[in-house]
Formats: sequence, structure tokens, C-alpha cells
Amino acid sequence: MNEHTTCSEDLAAEVRRVAKLARIYVSEDDVAQWTRDLGRILEYVRQLNELDVDSVEPTAHAIPVANVMRDDEPRPGLPHTEALSNAPAARDGLFIVPKIIE
Amino acid sequence: MSCSGPVSELPSLSAALDALRRNEVSSEELVSELLRTIECWNPTLNAYVYVNSEEALACAREADARRRAGDPAPWVGVPIGIKDNICVRGQPCTCGSKILKSYRSPYDATVSRRLREAGAVFVGRLNLDEFAMGSSTETSAWGPARNPWDVDRVAGGSSGGSAAAVAAGMAVAALGSDTGGSIRQPAAFCGCVGLKPSYGRVSRYGLVAYASSLDQIGPLTRTVRDAALLLSVLAGRDPMDSTSLDVPVPDYIAAVDQAPDDLRGRCIGLPREYFAEGIEPDVAQAVKAAVADMARLGADVVEVSLPHTHYAVAAYYLIATAEASANLARFDGVRYGLRVPSEDVLEQYERTRAEGFGQEVKRRIILGTYALSAGYYDAYYLRAQKVRTLIRRDFERAFQQCDLLLTPVAPTTAFRIGERISDPLTMYLGDIFTVPANLAGICAISIPAGLDSRGLPVGLQLMAPALEEARLLQVAHVVEQTRPRLPRPPLASRASGGSPA
Repeated sequence: MNEHTTCSEDLAAEVRRVAKLARIYVSEDDVAQWTRDLGRILEYVRQLNELDVDSVEPTAHAIPVANVMRDDEPRPGLPHTEALSNAPAARDGLFIVPKIIE
Repeated sequence: MSCSGPVSELPSLSAALDALRRNEVSSEELVSELLRTIECWNPTLNAYVYVNSEEALACAREADARRRAGDPAPWVGVPIGIKDNICVRGQPCTCGSKILKSYRSPYDATVSRRLREAGAVFVGRLNLDEFAMGSSTETSAWGPARNPWDVDRVAGGSSGGSAAAVAAGMAVAALGSDTGGSIRQPAAFCGCVGLKPSYGRVSRYGLVAYASSLDQIGPLTRTVRDAALLLSVLAGRDPMDSTSLDVPVPDYIAAVDQAPDDLRGRCIGLPREYFAEGIEPDVAQAVKAAVADMARLGADVVEVSLPHTHYAVAAYYLIATAEASANLARFDGVRYGLRVPSEDVLEQYERTRAEGFGQEVKRRIILGTYALSAGYYDAYYLRAQKVRTLIRRDFERAFQQCDLLLTPVAPTTAFRIGERISDPLTMYLGDIFTVPANLAGICAISIPAGLDSRGLPVGLQLMAPALEEARLLQVAHVVEQTRPRLPRPPLASRASGGSPA
């Protein structure tokens, strides 16, 4: 697999990049810890390279069902007040969030 | 009631159902006794994270009234414990996470609805690894569940609270969820029965998703028959889960009740890769003893090979974490759960998730995001999915040679609290015998085999092809009858008794 990830400095940068993608704030201590953890785990999972899988189809689901459709009929959903009952902030039947567009 | 000794004998689910039906006990008496036991032992074991005393008693009284009025629903007044990642309307569902600390489910999971309609009473919420990510219940934000056989040891995970509660008499039966062994391994560690149904057998609607292609809800019980009873309520197609299968549900209770006395005509496969080095001698010994008994009962025991077993943990931890990274994106502090407020929405997401999630959950989200991210997808995620195909084919070939597979559940018995938590990879490697069934979508059960030399339970795993739960339960029931009956767990530390570390 990708050679450059074996270097821990590069891997630390990857941890920062991935944490950003995952929307998780990371402290420098976290980066150090997760670089170590991720390095060990990636080293372990690289053993999958021992297998020749070129002609193998991937399995996304263990059971052979695809495109399950239901009848397009209206049915009651969660009542509005209940859908908002766990909201950290709500007003006028809406979730309140910080301003996204200036 | 005194809290000084081991728990009084609580009935199995089968016995509780019979006693209620014959009016030998009321639901109120049953639930009261359970609540007293919980009050005594939960401070030690931390199996429940929430006990629903008042409401459970009210429901029990209502159930008794319904029964007196002739309600034929079979489960009226039967108390069930629910893992804290399965929604029960009006109750907390924290998933063992700070991020859902104050969450209350506005709806029932399909399994909860089915149990409710059958008449069951929900007693409380059972401890788990945070978002079911762990093998010891130590990643719970509410502290670890403890093992009733030695409270210095883990109850296993992630359904550690469910297993500890059933083993200690704090639940008649419980629901867990199994993504990579999370029902079977804690059942083995605590000396109870744990069934992971085939993928698609039980609806996942209302189960907080960890890895959607692997997750399955199932029972933790005292006996195999109890597992059959619960599965008969849980199983079946649900329009709310498009991966639940529209196939007939066999009569699991009949499968157990009509089980023959022997195993003649059954072919049991022993996959040689599951008996390789790394298993504790006592675990290997317990499985061998069961094999000998099965052979004595007429089973045809053959050695088979599942050649890709060695790669299952690597494939599992890439697939499960990739799916988790997507599933847990919903915890963003907008619609429910913790919010760490900020003027900037991006910063709000990042701070909320950093503060709300624990270390193991973040570690898995990071790994899963990495495995899916541009440049690494083919090398990690896609390759893991291809290896999943190889593992699935291993089972297809093995099941051409035998009816069921018999293996250990885990390489060791329950380990000490704190022993593995700082070493994620060592923790992951303990899942080697349970993750393949999830990757292949087949059904598997853990039943008690006996005790090791330290007095800790050892589990036996039986695996059957997808949707063959009736076969699995029937054979498991026969094997269960051959195993020594476990004594009551001591509910104490063994270290003070001077047993070797």
C-alpha cells in the first residue's frame, strides 16, 4: 500500500487531514497518540496485501438483496414536536444552528 | 433482602413465562425481585446504566391486570433488559457515550415494539462499549461493566452489561447487538448464552448503527431454549429495515423442544485455523471435552479449513470502521445530543465531536475515514471487501462438508480490567473467532462450556449457514445438555481469595 504513510511525520499529517475530514478537533497530544495507534493498526492490516484479490469481487453486504423498494404510499412520520424533542436548540419548529452563509 | 451472598436463583425466561402463565407468580413479584437484585448488585457490576424502577413496576401491575382480564399475549409481564443502543420509546439511549447523555428515544426500535406488543416489561438500559465499539465494555462513558465471576475482570463487550446482568440474575433475559462478536464474547466471558442471528434475520430499525453491513440484534439468555424463545419474537421481515429478509421464520421453540437426544446424522466441522496457537490451554481443553461428548452422542466430527481466518480481523477493522465513520457523521450537535456551541458551524462540529466522543470511537472514526479517503480507498477499504468475499467463500465450502462448525468463542477467558485497554491492536486480535461470522452474515451462538482453572467461564461457539438458526439452536440445545451446569457466580473479586493472577 502507499509507501509514504510508513513515515510517522507524514502519518501525523494524515491524521490531521483525516480528523479535519471527520470533523473532529484534535490536540497535538491526540495527533501523537493516534499517529502511533494508526501506524500500528495500518502495519497490521497491510497483511491483506499477501492475498491476490485481483479477480475477486468485493462484498459490500453478506446477503444478496439489492434495490429493495417499498410502495410509494404516504404514512405518518415522527410528529414534529417529538422530532425536535432532543434538539440542543430549537425555535418555531426549527433546529437552530449557527449562521452558515453570510 | 441481604446483599451479602451470591444472587438467589432467578428463573430462566422459559420458567418465568410458565410461572406467569400458571399464575404461580405475578409480574409485579417477578419485577420487584429483579429490582431488588439490581439494587444489591448493580453498584458492584455496573451492568445497568439506567433502571426504570417506577415505570417497570407500573407496567408489571398493568400486565398483571391484563393477564387477569384474559389477555392471551404470551409475554405479558415478562421483564427484559435492553442494551443501551436499542431504542425504547421514552427511555434514554446513550450508547455509552457522552454525546447522547441526555438523549431520550422518541420511538421504539422494531425489536422493542415487537417485545412491547408481546407484553414484555422494559426494566432498564444495559451498559456497553461506547457505540458498541469495544470488546470489554471499558470504553463506556459510564465506566466498565464488571464480570460476575470476578469483578476485577471485564464482562466482555460490547454487550457486557447484558451478559453480566443475565449471569448475575439481574435480568431474566436481555437484548444485545453483535457487530464482530459483541453478543457472543461477553456471553462466553460471563457464562450465559448469546445468539447472533444471521444478517437480515432481525430488523435493525432503532438500533443505533455502528457498522450497518455487520450489525445484528440478538438475545443473551440463561439457556438455549430461552434464546429460541426470544428469537421467535424478534425475527422476521420489517418494512422499516430494507435489509431484513422476507423469508419464512421457522418455529425455533419447536426446533429446541423436538430436539433429539443425540447428534446422530449431524456432521460437526472443526476449523483447524481456530485451534492454532494463541488459545489458552483451558479454552482448548473445554472445546475438546465438548467435541468428545458430541462424538459420543453420535455426531460425525470432521476437520475442515477456513483458510482466510487469519485475515478476518484486518478486514473487519477496515470495513467496520469505514462504515462507522459514515454512520457516526450524524452526531454533529444539530438535531440531537451534545452541542458545544460556537459562532462558527465547522468549529461547532469539531468541538462537539471532540468532546462528545471517547478515545476509542474517535480512533475508529479516524481509521475508517482514512480507509475511505481519496488515495487509500482501493488499498484498504476495497481490498478488505474483497477479502470479505474470500472469507464468505471459506464458509460456503466448509458448509458443503458439514452441518455446523464448532470453535472457541475467544482465545482466552475474561481478562483483567485495564489489561488491554491501552493497546487497541491486542484488544482487536481477541475478536479473531467471532468477526468471521459477521463478515459472512451467518448465524452463530455462544454457549457455556464449563469453567477454566481460575473458575472463569469458557464459551463454545457453534456456527451454521445463513438463516439456519433452527438447526443451530437445536444442536446447541443438545450440546448444552452435555455441559456441566455452572454454579452461581461469586459476584466478588477472586484476587482477595488468593487465586493466582
